[in-house]
Amino acid sequence: MTRISMTVDGVRYDDDVEPRTLLVQHLRDRLGKVGTVVGCDTSNCGACTVLLSGKSVKSCSILAVQADSADVTTIEGLAGDGGELHPVQAAFHEQHGLQCGYCTPGMIMAAVDLLTENAEPTDAEIREGLEGNLCRCTGYQNIVRAVRAAAESMRTSVPSTPETAEAGAREGVTT
Amino acid sequence: MTVTEQRPSGEVGRDRRRKEDARLITGRTTWTDNLSLPGMLHLAILRSPMAHARITGIDVTAAREMTAVVDVFTGRDVADVQGSLPCAWTVTPDLKHPDHPPLAVDEVRFAGEPIAVVAARDWASALDALEAIDVDYEPLPAVLDMEAALADGAPLVHDSLGTNKAFTWVFDSAEAGTGGDLADALAQAEVVVRRRYVQQRLIPAFMEPRSVVVDPTPDQITMWSSTQVPHFVRFFLAALLGTPEHKIRVIAPDVGGGFGGKLQITAEEFITFLTAQRLHKPVKYTESRSESMLAAHHGRDMIQEVEIGARRDGTVTGLGVRLLANMGGYLRLLTPATPLLGRYMYNGIYKFPAHRFECTGVFTTTTPTDAYRGAGRPEATFAIERAMDDLAAELGMEPMELRRRNWIRHDEFPFTTVTGLTYDSGDYEAATERAMELFRYDELRREQQERRHRGDRVQLGVGISTYTEMCGLAPSRWLGSLGYAAGGWESASVRMLPTGKVEVLTGTTPHGQGHETVWSQIVADQLGVPFEDVEVMHGDTRTSHKGLDTYGSRSLAVGGYALVEACRRVVEKARPMAAHMLECDPADLEFVDGQFRVRGAPGAAKSITECALAIFAAHDLPDGVEPYLDADASYDPVDFSFPHGTHLCAVEVDTETGMATIRSYVAVDDVGRAVNPLIVEGQVHGGVAQGIAQALFEEARYDEDGNLMTGTFVEYTIPSASDLPDLVTDRTETPAPGHPLGAKGVGEAGTIASTPAVVNAVVDALRPLGVTDVRMPCTPERVWSTIQAARSANGGEPR
Repeated sequence: MTRISMTVDGVRYDDDVEPRTLLVQHLRDRLGKVGTVVGCDTSNCGACTVLLSGKSVKSCSILAVQADSADVTTIEGLAGDGGELHPVQAAFHEQHGLQCGYCTPGMIMAAVDLLTENAEPTDAEIREGLEGNLCRCTGYQNIVRAVRAAAESMRTSVPSTPETAEAGAREGVTT
Repeated sequence: MTVTEQRPSGEVGRDRRRKEDARLITGRTTWTDNLSLPGMLHLAILRSPMAHARITGIDVTAAREMTAVVDVFTGRDVADVQGSLPCAWTVTPDLKHPDHPPLAVDEVRFAGEPIAVVAARDWASALDALEAIDVDYEPLPAVLDMEAALADGAPLVHDSLGTNKAFTWVFDSAEAGTGGDLADALAQAEVVVRRRYVQQRLIPAFMEPRSVVVDPTPDQITMWSSTQVPHFVRFFLAALLGTPEHKIRVIAPDVGGGFGGKLQITAEEFITFLTAQRLHKPVKYTESRSESMLAAHHGRDMIQEVEIGARRDGTVTGLGVRLLANMGGYLRLLTPATPLLGRYMYNGIYKFPAHRFECTGVFTTTTPTDAYRGAGRPEATFAIERAMDDLAAELGMEPMELRRRNWIRHDEFPFTTVTGLTYDSGDYEAATERAMELFRYDELRREQQERRHRGDRVQLGVGISTYTEMCGLAPSRWLGSLGYAAGGWESASVRMLPTGKVEVLTGTTPHGQGHETVWSQIVADQLGVPFEDVEVMHGDTRTSHKGLDTYGSRSLAVGGYALVEACRRVVEKARPMAAHMLECDPADLEFVDGQFRVRGAPGAAKSITECALAIFAAHDLPDGVEPYLDADASYDPVDFSFPHGTHLCAVEVDTETGMATIRSYVAVDDVGRAVNPLIVEGQVHGGVAQGIAQALFEEARYDEDGNLMTGTFVEYTIPSASDLPDLVTDRTETPAPGHPLGAKGVGEAGTIASTPAVVNAVVDALRPLGVTDVRMPCTPERVWSTIQAARSANGGEPR
């Protein structure tokens, strides 16, 4: 057992962990952070993506001990203290960027990181940037639309509402 | 009419944002694997590394001694109690239906078949203990090739059956009286095109791996399962494992995708249930992705031989189809029926006067196949749409023109086809016209000609798929006549609470489709209450106990009908109360926007919510009115739902590298009236993506020993965002005449339509090189090899 300490969604946790424990197992099984999910065992699907000191990481691809002293943000810690959604969360809802929702936590965390690095991505850059996160439901089209809308709203800092999104999302023929 | 011209006034037709999203985007979802119960044990399953072998010995002694291990058992330990996994569809009276023990006892018949189980206090210890189990196998020959498996003297998957043939099912339009004789039609045809297409094996690959938790309390055994069909699971657990049905509760909490892959009664569900009963403790099993790829059922895997007869003017005269369908090692819930669900659709939207269909199911030592999005219908649509393109090439005719000459015109509906189905409605001309306009069909054809003329390295192909499908499973009488064990009705219960809020129980079980949102929209309109005031509950046999779940694009087509009817009954139950309060005759009341109004007396009105409170108080109930406002309704469809549409795909093929890239894709679908166009569009996007994936990316492959070579997402390449194009979608609306909302199914349409559109485009790009088919998936390697083969067959020259 190794003693580690990490801050997850603003709360500090000190735990003894087996060295072989993956970060995602630690988050889910020990800390109860079950919003972060596991979709594969080869680090392909990205469902378990979290932010580690601000950068997106597949939490199945590092050990819990490697995250010692780190600051981890999961999907559960993304909204504001008052429950106000992060612009990326809001955009996924407004643009219908999810169906079953299983890939969504990882997809949203990856998108947050993508927009931190590139505030004004093209569609091609969004598609490339989310290449490590697999979705089986949406065909990605509305995910791309959501990330584009989130980028827009983060740049202008005007929170988009369902009404404005509804007007903007489907103008004539949809592409 | 295209939908963009519409401006809905009520909830139906509106792009409502989904209620479900709030929990899904914040990580507050209840996936089965999130559950943790006091004292819960964790299971790990040892699986066969061999495709076919006799188990000659299993030693679990060392595993039993390991830290934190509570129990280890094998198939032999539970042979008397584990039952056999069900197949619900006896497609022919002589169907060969071998036992399918959840845990193999003497023999394994596919790599990944469960052999032994460890229950431990934690998951890692359970996995560790698997390593300590010693199994001796006597290898038996792998049986992989369907045609070889049917040959005399072939090694058998199941010795006791004496054959690898599960069934042969035949339809002949002359015998059925629905059309002429195929042999005559082909003999008299001026042109006959014969083709062999291969439907590769696919893996549904829902994103949430399957998970089961069982809690055996003294009162009741509760199972949470990541399933599409909790009602089926409860029935079969009771019927096959001997626990009384009323002592079993099955819950499908949030379910992360299914696509038919969770339309199953699984070995893992049986094993977890048995373990919990055996140990009297809560137990959880969650599969890894690698296990899921091996052991959850696969889809497709058919060889299709198609022959079309036609006159020189393009009029089709006959259609013959011979199918070989790979069953895998065992029959699961719908294994033999899956290829046959397509058998009514091989004629597509065309007026064939003669048709013969024959399907043989074959056992092999592979993972069993079963439903995957579209289940039989994508295969049928692929065959007919590919063959129509090939016929057009043979006749030297524009492929859309060939289709026009043969399809059912909009003024010919309802139309009874050569398979005996009656298509209720459609407008193939309108959908096609809209699609061609959006696609800029003529421009692309011109560019194609220019590139061909120039001999460009990158050639352009245009692919067409004008499809229809049958969904909304299904009329119970029809299912019963074909040997299916269950019916196809659906139910809804609607109750208005004293404060006017509404609770809805549905028998459908969504796993991404957004029923909570769509059902709320329907109820809001029917009862005149706010969308926000409706709560929809599903997927728990204790609360929504009447239902047949979600698959086959049935939920809105069948369950939506029941919901509308339940709402209508609620209104009728409230009517006497309203009349009593308004001191008028119930027949004088009209119900509009949630208000009962006296006809001809403006101002005299009572809302249904006022009625709900007055009924609940029960101080002054009219005779015969009960003190609650609720109603149940069920619906058993009289026929299928027939969505249709036209999909067009432009593909650029680099003839030097074999790389096929989708340049544009247009989907114009007619799913009747859309309750929520945004959700419909999402279903089309996802459906088309899965169809494109079959055309270009995915294939489950076995090596010669029967090992699955595509057992992870490294080798089984489901497309990522950068692999897929931006789709252009639109709809035409031909309301379904038999549905109160005019709605048709949409869940599978995109998958059914898209695969042939893409492959037709790839082949179309390469026809001048002498290519007539490219086997799926059309990977660069396969396209390149096909080009090389065609070039050498033509002496190195373009044809």
